[in-house]
Amino acid sequence: MSERQRATHRTAAELGAAIATGETTSAEVTRAYLDRIGAVDGAVHAFLHVAGDAAVAQAEEVDRRIAAGEKLGPLAGVPVAVKDILTTKGMPTTAASKILSGWLPPYDATVVLRLRDAGLVVLGKTNMDEFAMGSSTEYSAYGPTRNPWDLGRIPGGSGGGSAAAVAAREAPLAIGTDTGGSIRQPGAVTGTVGAKPTYGGVSRYGLIAFSSSLDQAGPVTRTVLDAALLHEVIGGHDPCDSTSIDAPVPAVAEAARRGASGDLTGVKVGVVREFAAAEGAEPGVVAAFDAAVATLTKLGAEVVEVSCPHFEYALPAYYLIAPSECSSNLARFDGVRYGLRSGDDGTRALEEVMSLTREAGFGPEVKRRIMLGTYALSAGYYDAYYGQAQKVRTLVTRDFTAAFEQVDVLAAPTTPFVAFPFGSRTADPTAMYLADLYTIPSNLYGGPAISVPCGLSEGLPVGLQIMAPTMADDRMYRVAAALESTQEPRLADQTPEVTA
Amino acid sequence: MSTASTATGELADVLSRYEVVLGLEVHVELGTRTKMFCSCPTVFGAEPNTQICPVCLGLPGALPVVNAVGVESAIRIGLALDCSIAEWCRFARKNYFYPDMPKNFQTSQYDEPICFDGALDVDVDGKTVRIGIERAHMEEDTGKSTHVGGATGRIHGATHSLVDFNRAGIPLVEIVTKPIVGTGADAPAVARAYVAAIRDIVRALGVSDARMDQGSVRADVNVSLMPIGASEFGTRTETKNVNSLRSVERTVRYEMVRQAQILDDGGVIVQETRHFNEATGETVGGRTKETATDYRYFPEPDLVPVAPDPAWVAELRAALPELPAAKRTRLRAEWGLSELDMQAIDNAGAFELIEATVAAGAGPESARKWWLGELSRHANEAGVELSELSVTPAHVAELQSLVDGGRLNDKLARGVLAGVLAGEGTPTEVMTARGVEVVSDTGALTTAVDEAIAANPDVAEKVRSGKVAAAGVLVGAVMKTTRGQADAKTVRELILGRLGVQ
Amino acid sequence: MAAISREEVAHLARLARLAVTEDELDTFAGQLDQILHSVARVGEVAADDIPPTSHAVPLTNVMRPDEPRPGLSREAALAGAPAAEDHRFRVPRILSEEG
Repeated sequence: MSERQRATHRTAAELGAAIATGETTSAEVTRAYLDRIGAVDGAVHAFLHVAGDAAVAQAEEVDRRIAAGEKLGPLAGVPVAVKDILTTKGMPTTAASKILSGWLPPYDATVVLRLRDAGLVVLGKTNMDEFAMGSSTEYSAYGPTRNPWDLGRIPGGSGGGSAAAVAAREAPLAIGTDTGGSIRQPGAVTGTVGAKPTYGGVSRYGLIAFSSSLDQAGPVTRTVLDAALLHEVIGGHDPCDSTSIDAPVPAVAEAARRGASGDLTGVKVGVVREFAAAEGAEPGVVAAFDAAVATLTKLGAEVVEVSCPHFEYALPAYYLIAPSECSSNLARFDGVRYGLRSGDDGTRALEEVMSLTREAGFGPEVKRRIMLGTYALSAGYYDAYYGQAQKVRTLVTRDFTAAFEQVDVLAAPTTPFVAFPFGSRTADPTAMYLADLYTIPSNLYGGPAISVPCGLSEGLPVGLQIMAPTMADDRMYRVAAALESTQEPRLADQTPEVTA
Repeated sequence: MSTASTATGELADVLSRYEVVLGLEVHVELGTRTKMFCSCPTVFGAEPNTQICPVCLGLPGALPVVNAVGVESAIRIGLALDCSIAEWCRFARKNYFYPDMPKNFQTSQYDEPICFDGALDVDVDGKTVRIGIERAHMEEDTGKSTHVGGATGRIHGATHSLVDFNRAGIPLVEIVTKPIVGTGADAPAVARAYVAAIRDIVRALGVSDARMDQGSVRADVNVSLMPIGASEFGTRTETKNVNSLRSVERTVRYEMVRQAQILDDGGVIVQETRHFNEATGETVGGRTKETATDYRYFPEPDLVPVAPDPAWVAELRAALPELPAAKRTRLRAEWGLSELDMQAIDNAGAFELIEATVAAGAGPESARKWWLGELSRHANEAGVELSELSVTPAHVAELQSLVDGGRLNDKLARGVLAGVLAGEGTPTEVMTARGVEVVSDTGALTTAVDEAIAANPDVAEKVRSGKVAAAGVLVGAVMKTTRGQADAKTVRELILGRLGVQ
Repeated sequence: MAAISREEVAHLARLARLAVTEDELDTFAGQLDQILHSVARVGEVAADDIPPTSHAVPLTNVMRPDEPRPGLSREAALAGAPAAEDHRFRVPRILSEEG
């Protein structure tokens, strides 16, 4: 194995240490990943933009900073792929939509600024469902991403590009965003680790809003420790985001290291009765989940059953709240200040040009959700739909708050089914929505959750989801790391070689 | 004025059949240093699109953060209007598309205003009218469109428009009255007095420069009529962005007469947005919308609730400055004026001007004399408010000090004032430039006096013999030779002294 | 819940400024109807006395000091504009005062 091949097989923590000690350089590692992207991304299509020379230049700058003795974090010099929904100054940012085609943001998202400040190198922007609406990347305006485990199957969504990039070793680290499961579900179906931090734990400034009260950025990686290290880089209070929590980032890296010892004595894990009763979970997924729970017990955890009676209403509530907020958040894309303008032939009035622009610029799923949200907020329907969904949100929050009085964390499958073939769920929008069945509750109550690979079903990865109370992100990292410690080799390292 | 009496006659006719109901929404642009939800500066008149950032330009990913002084100002306005202050309230998004609104929603407040349920007393012709305040809430201003290709910048007929976002996001407090009923023929004056009172209060609070000419205070005027004795309000029209006190008054008057004519003819009033045309004095309807606007308000998820600490609110209440109504009572006593005098001052819109003139050193009586006399005459002739004249209280105080110091007499002072109004400079500058100073050089005056005595020996003899009144002829002669630039009193003393009758 | 009609979809599209095609009207009417039917289940929950949740974390009074900070240069702000003229954003003629 050449030095360059070796770089793409190491964990981010290992790469950071090797760069820090001078064993290798950020530029060398960055070139290795760019080579890898060049070799396999034609088949995977995880990236919408590859930074190329700009990434190498940034890596060389980091190498200079390290050589000058600047004290950078443990991931300094390590490349990272960023979901194309976070603004990057001077680098294309499209949210996988035609409406932002060609837009160069004049500012960096806070998450991106923190990556750069900590010496991480932005490799490029990853593919996703348009404006993060979807569970398969089939709704990207620029074509889907393929799952490295089976190129005929979806990589999950919306953040399928970030997960596939990490699974295919095109990036050691990636940033995703999660509104209803868009970090965790892709993580589960690609055999990678995906964590949604506590809402307010990571700044949303520069995250192109889909649903403001649910969106949260987080790490996508191959190991739990890498996720925790990346979480610590991007987390923490940001005065530019009013919903940002002004408190220290939970000690997640320490928790991941502690969990890696494999001892969960004293940890109480809850299994939600209603999750298990819900229809639609594949038998292979259920089997892998049961095996994972058995492993947790073996590691010393106490597993108990808890009840969240309003669980069944979480999905419908989500599909009212998220579209409602999105209908308002996406109103700004009107062809006046940036992005696409369509139909301006010099004779048409503004209102018509705006409507033609939005019609041409948005894909079918985005339009569907905008209209659904417009409906749910409109006079006469607000109370029955949006207003009622917000009350259900209160009840779901109460259920989970009560559950966390009994247990430290909750465990569930991340998603009811393994990666499905392209086209199998696009005809029926509600069939696609089921992918988020188990991930949505934590977005509604704002708590953190992580998906960690826990086995295979029909040769495809299955994820275990660990949910924790608000600002107790460290707990889920500990449990996830403990489970990961029982796998040799790790599932992420079993990804089949992609043949271009 | 004949037009005014005709209008009054029309109004009396309207009121013989209908009762008028008013509703006023006054938008106050706060004088904060930065915008409501971002740190962009708010300087008036800056070059287009030079005071913008990702937040107020509505760039993808940008997020708002509330300006603490914006909240404080809103609370202080509420306290001054005797409102309750919400213990907990949220911002809301008002969703509609318009090119000068970057996010295509306005961040505002909906059913949880920060201030609610207040009252304000206004005086109209000695009567006190209590105006109920429904609410005062925080929101943001929009950008500004310039229409190109049509007639004189009108939206109608334009080929395209150009948008400047400097004003987008500037903090506004919108103050909404409860329905104002029972004002009858005073309705136009009540509307005007209310807007003036709001303007004076926010200025006294120091939360806004309250420049109506720059749009920092503007009113939406709702007017409806209902048959006398009816219990249900009629359909209202809303005339938007009326930006002078005079226009507020004219809008109410015009709408009352217009609506009455439609109702008399058996027509129905269309609920619509109208615009006041300063040039014609008429309101003009916009396009009637086929469907009612549906703003789809919902709580702004990007901003967290505002929950003012009651102790902080109490501090703000204790620190409120003297409000205009209290100040009026105090100054009336200090100035030694009757209520009738004060009403004349109020009607002329001269209270603050006189106050400032007194503060600049003039006596109350002379300040009042200038503003209600000479300056009111000029304002009437020009058809503008006193405050719109180019003369300032400092000018008036300076002018009066020149009179008091004997350098100008009344007649000269009026001429100098005309020069100030014509933009020729300060009173002293005008006086110097025109060379109209009172001749106080006694040598020169004595020569003129001696010449006058020599030219009128009979008159001089009469004076010497004790007919002092005859000295007027000699004074007149001296004034003539000095082209009026002498102080008549000094001249008279000199003549009497010269003729030995002191 | 009542079925959603083609006319209602057209109204929603107008409110949302989407120039949807005739075909889309039919497709969206069917799909929105199906989705609404599925999400209307929230109405089964008895929640009259339950306060709504608009924010995931219970923060209040997040404010910033009233201190100006530099924003975007005019050039940077106008760089992304589909059309600009005279240092302003150029838009087609506007029909009415307010949407």
